[in-house]
Amino acid sequence: MSCDCCGKKEKALEKLMKLEPKKTTELVAFIDSLPLGNDIDANRGCLIETLHRAQTIFGYLPAEVQQLVSERLKITRSEIYGVISFYSYFTDKPIGRHKINVCCGTACFVKGATRIVDEFKSKLGIKEGETTPDKKFFLGVLRCVGACSLAPVVMVDDHVYGKVTPEMVSTILADYQD
Amino acid sequence: MTITSLSDLKALKARLDQSASDKVKILMSLGTCGLAAGGSKVVDAIEETMASQNLGDKYEAVPVGCMGLCYCEPTIELRDNSGKSIIYGDVTAEQIPAILKAGMSGAPAGTTVVERTWYYPEDEANTHKALQARIALRNTGCINPELIEDYIRQDGYQALGKVLSGMKPAEVSQLVLEANLRGRGGAGFPTGKKWQFAAAQPKGKKYMICNADEGDPGAFMDRAVLEGDPHSVLEAMTIGGYAIGSDIGIIYIRAEYPLAITRLRIAIDQAHEMGFLGKNILNSGFDFDIELKYGAGAFVCGEETALIHSVEGRRGEPTFKPPFPAVQGLWKHPTVVNNVETYANVAAIIRKGAAWFRTVGTAGSPGTKVFALAGKVNHVGLVEVPMGTTLRDIIFSLGGGISKGRAFKAVQTGGPSGGCITTKNLDTPIDYETLKAIGSMMGSGGMIVMDEDDCMVNIARFFLEFTCDESCGKCTPCRIGNRRLYEMLTDICHGKGTPQTLVELRNLALVIKDTALCGLGQTSPNPVLSTLTNFADEYEAHVNEKRCPAGVCERLVRFTINEKCVGCGVCARNCPVTAITGATKKRHVINQDKCIKCGICFEKCMFKAIDKQ
Repeated sequence: MSCDCCGKKEKALEKLMKLEPKKTTELVAFIDSLPLGNDIDANRGCLIETLHRAQTIFGYLPAEVQQLVSERLKITRSEIYGVISFYSYFTDKPIGRHKINVCCGTACFVKGATRIVDEFKSKLGIKEGETTPDKKFFLGVLRCVGACSLAPVVMVDDHVYGKVTPEMVSTILADYQD
Repeated sequence: MTITSLSDLKALKARLDQSASDKVKILMSLGTCGLAAGGSKVVDAIEETMASQNLGDKYEAVPVGCMGLCYCEPTIELRDNSGKSIIYGDVTAEQIPAILKAGMSGAPAGTTVVERTWYYPEDEANTHKALQARIALRNTGCINPELIEDYIRQDGYQALGKVLSGMKPAEVSQLVLEANLRGRGGAGFPTGKKWQFAAAQPKGKKYMICNADEGDPGAFMDRAVLEGDPHSVLEAMTIGGYAIGSDIGIIYIRAEYPLAITRLRIAIDQAHEMGFLGKNILNSGFDFDIELKYGAGAFVCGEETALIHSVEGRRGEPTFKPPFPAVQGLWKHPTVVNNVETYANVAAIIRKGAAWFRTVGTAGSPGTKVFALAGKVNHVGLVEVPMGTTLRDIIFSLGGGISKGRAFKAVQTGGPSGGCITTKNLDTPIDYETLKAIGSMMGSGGMIVMDEDDCMVNIARFFLEFTCDESCGKCTPCRIGNRRLYEMLTDICHGKGTPQTLVELRNLALVIKDTALCGLGQTSPNPVLSTLTNFADEYEAHVNEKRCPAGVCERLVRFTINEKCVGCGVCARNCPVTAITGATKKRHVINQDKCIKCGICFEKCMFKAIDKQ
């Protein structure tokens, strides 16, 4: 039996395999390890976990990955997109090699986080949620990393910079000259 | 090794106690903020010094969770077997050899010794009149969170043993109810009651959920517990599972807390190995298991029905209650959702009894509350105080007063759902009811202190911006109402507000409070309402005089140069738009038409010659 969706199915997996064979294999292996069945509700319970893993592997959630997850978990693309757009952790846009996140929690806010964000914006020439054209830096803001004693705080990848001043911004960026 | 009975467990504890070394322990605070402040360099120095000076038989280095002294990280504590201790703050790697040389004899010169401001109600009387009482944080900062033996040495899993070896499920709920343990997530619902509701449902699948989706910006107490004492949460969930007749627990944790996730995973594995989780726990016939589910960054998922939807893999939108989750929750089965800090209290209550728990705190709200003290206060960190402590004690005694010698203006409790409390209420003994009465709420326990340099209109706008971002969009009052509130506040901050704006602001805020679907929407106007009430003069200054008294709202600020100017030219050189002109050694002038109000001149001037109005 053949139908549109089966045709598409081949395409999503094939295309991904062509683009990112290693990553795709890793994701498929992960999905295969899940206790999936025909019970859509039970499959849905694994959705967020799957998206987390997919984003860790691919760095973001491109349309092909969403399609693949949709087929394997038997959940519609629209619903998956609904989940991705709901949670701020998930993104369907490629992000830079280094993720800069300026904490804008209350403690950082009262200690001047807005000025830090402005400084990054002007130094990088991008807005929050964007990636530099050379794909090097992504600039984001997040709500509280819980290091309020070091406010204002900036996280670059997994490294935390505390008590950041606008003057420190260029020094921070210089740490990532690759 | 598997533990199969309470007496087994007690025997193990006795063996552990006996084999305890008489070495002095070096407790190294290695929570997220300890690590961020450079804690690992201190750890390296300790290991190096111990190796090079052969101190291995004198000291034992123990990595622990957060001690709550975030303001002076990296922190270490030397503690000997008699309980004597010295706490060092702001430790540097260079100080380590001297500190280890001195040992318990006293602190070497040049180090910072921190006074212990807490006592442990479970083990000791409050002899040094400490303001803090640590029940939920009793092990955090004392034990190695990655060793189950350390937890067992602190009477860990004894409460579970007691429950499984001689208490009926109904007795457990009843005990927690008698202790009047109230939900520490902020709403204050009696935990025992929640358990009774779920227990009263027909037998079948039931779920025990731990809400570890700490989304309130500026609150980090749950993270401290999970990173520093993960077993206490596992033990309490298992006890709760027994009380309601559930065999599965789920910890819903923020993906932003990688260290807490790692430590929970280790703890769950260890509990399995020892038989505190899994089938037939302590040979009682009771089965219980715990799994982790990750949040993905949505503040609304702190609301229990939204959290449940998120666990089910859906968008985390709340639903109308009733039916309450205790009746119909996860996958439509009875579900209890409790907060991390609530669970952290349970084992102590079981061990020491309800009457003991009620001796701490106030009659209506027994026990303690952990607050994350942050903002413009000298001693940023975690404090656990008995309910009924005044804000003055927390901010000025434990918090060490306002930083840079500024004047206190307000404190925000309850995060984006709470309100601002001003000087006049500093002496109110705080518990769930009193905070509500003064226009705020307990919330999860974030406590942000603000000083005279903070503009309250701008603060309200900050919280509304947050709410707009985090509103799930399901109900109209929250989705559109909060957006309108935010726009009005922006107008006011930009000098476009009119007296009519203030009237509309209050009206809309009240409507949202009455009509929103869930806790997020119903409480989101609180920051607006409380600042409108307590700081009406600031709103009026913005609206009537187009002036920001705190000098924060950029578009309303005016920078001018006063007679203190010596003409050094620093301001002119740093001005990004060359709005400052003047001859050398002559008073400079700011061209107001060109000025973009960035404030750089104000910061750079060393002669206080720039006025900000």
